[in-house]
Amino acid sequence: MTLRLSNGLVEEIRREGERAYPAECCGVLAGRAAPVKEVSRLLPVMNRRTDDPHRYLISPDDLRAIEAQLRRSGQEVLGCYHSHPDHPAAPSAFDTEQAWPWYSYIIVRVDHGHAAELTSWVLEDDRSKMRLESIDVLSEV
Amino acid sequence: MSVTVSIPTPLRPYTAGRDTVELAGDNVRQVLDGLVARHTGLKRHLMQDDGRLRNFVNLYLNETDIRHLASTATPVRSGDVLTIVPSIAGGSPATAEAQAALSHAEMLRYSRHLLLPEVGVTGQRKLKAARVLVVGAGGLGSPVSLYLAAAGVGTVGIVDFDVVDLTNLQRQIVHGTSMLGRLKLDSAEDRLTDLNPNVTVERHETRLTSQNALEVISQYDIVVDGTDNFPTRYLVNDACVLLGKPNVYGSIFRFEGQASLFHAKQGPCYRCLYSEPPPPGLVPSCAEGGVLGVLPGIIGSIQALETIKWIIGAGNPLLGRLVLFDALKLRFRELELRKDPTCPICGTNPTIRELIDYEAFCGIGLEPAYAGPEISAEELRQEMSEKGADLALIDVREPHEWEIVHIEGARLIPLNQLPERLSELDGHAEIVTHCHHGARSMKALEILRGAGFGKVRSLAGGIDAWAERVELGMARY
Repeated sequence: MTLRLSNGLVEEIRREGERAYPAECCGVLAGRAAPVKEVSRLLPVMNRRTDDPHRYLISPDDLRAIEAQLRRSGQEVLGCYHSHPDHPAAPSAFDTEQAWPWYSYIIVRVDHGHAAELTSWVLEDDRSKMRLESIDVLSEV
Repeated sequence: MSVTVSIPTPLRPYTAGRDTVELAGDNVRQVLDGLVARHTGLKRHLMQDDGRLRNFVNLYLNETDIRHLASTATPVRSGDVLTIVPSIAGGSPATAEAQAALSHAEMLRYSRHLLLPEVGVTGQRKLKAARVLVVGAGGLGSPVSLYLAAAGVGTVGIVDFDVVDLTNLQRQIVHGTSMLGRLKLDSAEDRLTDLNPNVTVERHETRLTSQNALEVISQYDIVVDGTDNFPTRYLVNDACVLLGKPNVYGSIFRFEGQASLFHAKQGPCYRCLYSEPPPPGLVPSCAEGGVLGVLPGIIGSIQALETIKWIIGAGNPLLGRLVLFDALKLRFRELELRKDPTCPICGTNPTIRELIDYEAFCGIGLEPAYAGPEISAEELRQEMSEKGADLALIDVREPHEWEIVHIEGARLIPLNQLPERLSELDGHAEIVTHCHHGARSMKALEILRGAGFGKVRSLAGGIDAWAERVELGMARY
């Protein structure tokens, strides 16, 4: 599977990761699912986990509100993005445990406050692990 | 008579792309069971192995979260809409347990653990994430650190400042002959990382003191007490109580040992058991009284076991119980321990709120020991050759020590027999007493002086000094 998004949105995720550092940022990827998943906007979301700076949670109420808002413009939730402050841009065991199928999970590594690599992951059908998804970055003219 | 289940986008690959499914049922549970029976691929994403809903799966009956109703027992009526709503969670692997994923090599190494449902992958990851402090790399610290490292405890801190001595190796099996004279920390680190390279050994080359104990112990989840003296034992206990850490206690002497798990938040502490230390000198150390080498192997293994059980949360911990072991009878006994409400540190009105001076508390250095006149090993040799039979050399050690080695021309009168056997001694002769290192000899001197013997001296450093500096071919112990 491939996830398509513009380099402007990639930069936006990276900047948000830097702004949130040393905490994590999180948000929803929205766009069209067919013919390929293409992200057209980012929806930063309030992190509902306040007990642990290394955890994020988008609550079901927030997600319902976002879905209702997107439905009007024919878009849907394609996944989410979050940052790994000073940790590799690979899913943690917790990421995998908590993952939904089909959704794209973008992770950006933020090293000492500077955004580094950015990757996208999709859960395997048997929930055993997350596999790397290719990102098709579109240049904006 | 049917309920409409609304399927979120990520689950539609499992419902042939459909966004709603019509199902019958009396309550939410029945509808869900019907859903996963019809679309089997959904089950593993919605439910855990035990059938309960995964924590990121939220269900709304019409507009209400079923957690605010009767959860999955909530009754449903025809026409109701049951909506599956995702919550999306994750995070970086910064929490220790999340970081503690197991590699394939680790899976294989811990295979015999993973086969136990009480340990399993979850328990093994808890072990990997755990930080355990072992105080002392000696008789108890050896089996404790070896088994913790072998079991895959991720971080083992060791406090020790001593070097490996030949007399250690009869029981301190983490060290080896090739390590003689080197720091016990170096020796233990080499052995533990050879046993399991996945273990991080953190070195604390220091004596644990009231000044550093809180800082050192605060870095760990659980403390294993492998100390051989009372001041450090009370220090470890008090620091653990103040920091709220569990303290796995063990002690050994000759053929007997004891073990318990102290955790003031949930049970008694060491002071609830022994509020005061014994008077100094009453309880001999292992160096003075001896210890069967395998005994710390048994008690230390119990400490390692309790540490591992505590980390993985399996079984009944040794909380509120004191295990007493008698090696000669091969008998275990168990005493029930109660939390003492008047305990000065963990009771209802604690009087100890910070670490104190434990040397003073245990009476060490307060009462100066009797100090009579001494004679050096070299002077003794000189005088023995000059005076011959006019100088009586009295060995106050035990007969089994005499059997190991003795000085030619000496006479054996064990210290505890001395008061009754004073008549065997010539009150006008010059007398020199000796023991192993000098402590018992000084007590003998006190007895002799008290009985009126005037010309008595003690061999400084005992037979050990004699063997080291005068009779070089002599065995030492």
